[in-house]
Amino acid sequence: MTMKTLSRIALAAGLLVASPAFAQNSPADYKGPNELLNVSYDVARELFVKVNEAFNADWQKKGGKPIDVKQSHAGTGAQARAILEGLPADVVTFNQLLDVQVLYDKGKLIPADWQKRLPNGSSPFYSMPAFLVRKGNPKNVKDWADLARPDVKSVFPNPKTSGNARYTYLAAYADALARNNGDHSKAQAFVKTFLSNVPVFDTGGRASTTTFVERGIGDVLITFESEVNGVKREYGDKGYEIVIPQQSILAEFPVAVVDRNVDRKGTRYLAETYLKFLYSEEGQEIAANFSLRVNDPKVLARHKAEYPAVKLVTVDDVFGGWEKATKEHFAEGGILDKVFVNR
Amino acid sequence: MAISHQPDSLLQAPPSKAPRWLIGAGIVLTALFIVGPLLIIFDQALAKGLAVFRANLLHAETLHAVWLTVVTALVVVPLNILFGVAAAWAITKFEFPGKKLLLTTIDIPFSVSPIVAGVCYLLLYGSNGLFGPWLEAMDVRVMFTVPAIMLVTLFVTSPFVARELIPLMQVQGRDQEEVAATLGASGWQIFRRVTLPNIKWALLYGAVLCNARAMGEFGAVSVVSGNIRGQTNTLPLQVQLLYHDYNATGAFAAATILTLLAFVTLILKAWLERHTRGQGGH
Repeated sequence: MTMKTLSRIALAAGLLVASPAFAQNSPADYKGPNELLNVSYDVARELFVKVNEAFNADWQKKGGKPIDVKQSHAGTGAQARAILEGLPADVVTFNQLLDVQVLYDKGKLIPADWQKRLPNGSSPFYSMPAFLVRKGNPKNVKDWADLARPDVKSVFPNPKTSGNARYTYLAAYADALARNNGDHSKAQAFVKTFLSNVPVFDTGGRASTTTFVERGIGDVLITFESEVNGVKREYGDKGYEIVIPQQSILAEFPVAVVDRNVDRKGTRYLAETYLKFLYSEEGQEIAANFSLRVNDPKVLARHKAEYPAVKLVTVDDVFGGWEKATKEHFAEGGILDKVFVNR
Repeated sequence: MAISHQPDSLLQAPPSKAPRWLIGAGIVLTALFIVGPLLIIFDQALAKGLAVFRANLLHAETLHAVWLTVVTALVVVPLNILFGVAAAWAITKFEFPGKKLLLTTIDIPFSVSPIVAGVCYLLLYGSNGLFGPWLEAMDVRVMFTVPAIMLVTLFVTSPFVARELIPLMQVQGRDQEEVAATLGASGWQIFRRVTLPNIKWALLYGAVLCNARAMGEFGAVSVVSGNIRGQTNTLPLQVQLLYHDYNATGAFAAATILTLLAFVTLILKAWLERHTRGQGGH
């Protein structure tokens, strides 16, 4: 313990001494490589194409040289694994908190307190599980409680393999808790029925979309609100409708500078500026146009109509954080194993 | 039409119901399972019109993916020809201890799932891998670069040429080489004047198969590529990326390129097959 504290103090002192020499306060002063690798989740390509254009314009307006922002997209579990094995990411922009955390847990590539480095727990935007129903909402699905009705078939990926589906599972569980005054046995009975109404468990979100859209299976597709909008847009001719439940669970989009890589490459200032740009009004506006929820008050005011009111609970508040939720619900022999009988 | 012009000698069996049934079933199955999906690729790619299709094809990242896929094949196929010929020559013309072992080893990439191959390379050359820390100390990065893609593709496709040559060369035996040797030809002369002409068509056939696989490989490449757009994305990876992005027309447009590359390969294969058959006859 003391050794650790001592070494931390020494490190901090070293940084204090060293930092003026490397002080870079504006893009014009930036001397590092003009290339940045943003390693991101699988369905964020278009979003970051727009972000990169706007960031480049902003950076150059402030006197910087053009930046070649490279993008890598895949499932965040695989991406985290690749970074641990040497993929030289400058920044990560993920949709799963635990997959950023693993960069600290397994490789110490980022500090333990990475979430404290940027506002809102290092999450520039957020989303939550929402519903997509078929044209005219024939089964009249309004809220989580409807999903336990025997005539309603839901489609979402396997919570054992998909981070997206874990949010869905936790959102359903939290909603049942709220309806039953915090009675866990009733909540578990609800998620058991809810899960037994799922005809197909795919491994990931994209596969579930295919099941719902191309195979025509199920009455409700459950995925992030941002995704739901994407599916509705892509298959506009099918007349799908979006249903936002009364309550859902906050799904963060955590971002982090990968310290070990930026320090090796000398791209720290660029990487930090890039992530801060996601919090700027311009960055938030772009995210809002991709149906992500944002915190910037001006952007929020402009997009008010697109964001139906919803009560958002958090994994921290209801389940005591991801680590505890993972242990209690998703680990071998956990609650999910008990209620998940039809996989 | 075409059938009516065939000489009668080809239709030696008396016409009965069973063959017609079989032929009919064959045609229906081929249409359903092969031609149908192929047509869908083009139908989907053109779903939003020719202009969108063109724009999708000429998209910088898709073009880069085409380039990377072709370059990978251009590096991998010649190396595999070298390796395949050397291995087949050693195995069929010489006796040495460990020959059976070598023969079995060559087959390993066939029996190992490509994704396992990718992971094996990751466990060897990744940061936490066997050689990773050493490579990192020398500031060399292998994984998540273009060479990594070439390495795993090389692994996955390595048996194709050798496997094509070995049976043929075993049948041919080594009489001709021995005659050449007694006449005073050097090793290189024997190879160039005697062995190579004998295996020419089979060699090309193996190279074509190897090329087809190199261009289409997905599993192993996806593990070691890092999926960096415009840098380490091959065509199959690009198709998946676009599809995940709810850009189905873009994905199918990229898929048409892959399909056309496959068609070229198939035509080459058919042409070569005719020549190999001719060669086997004499």
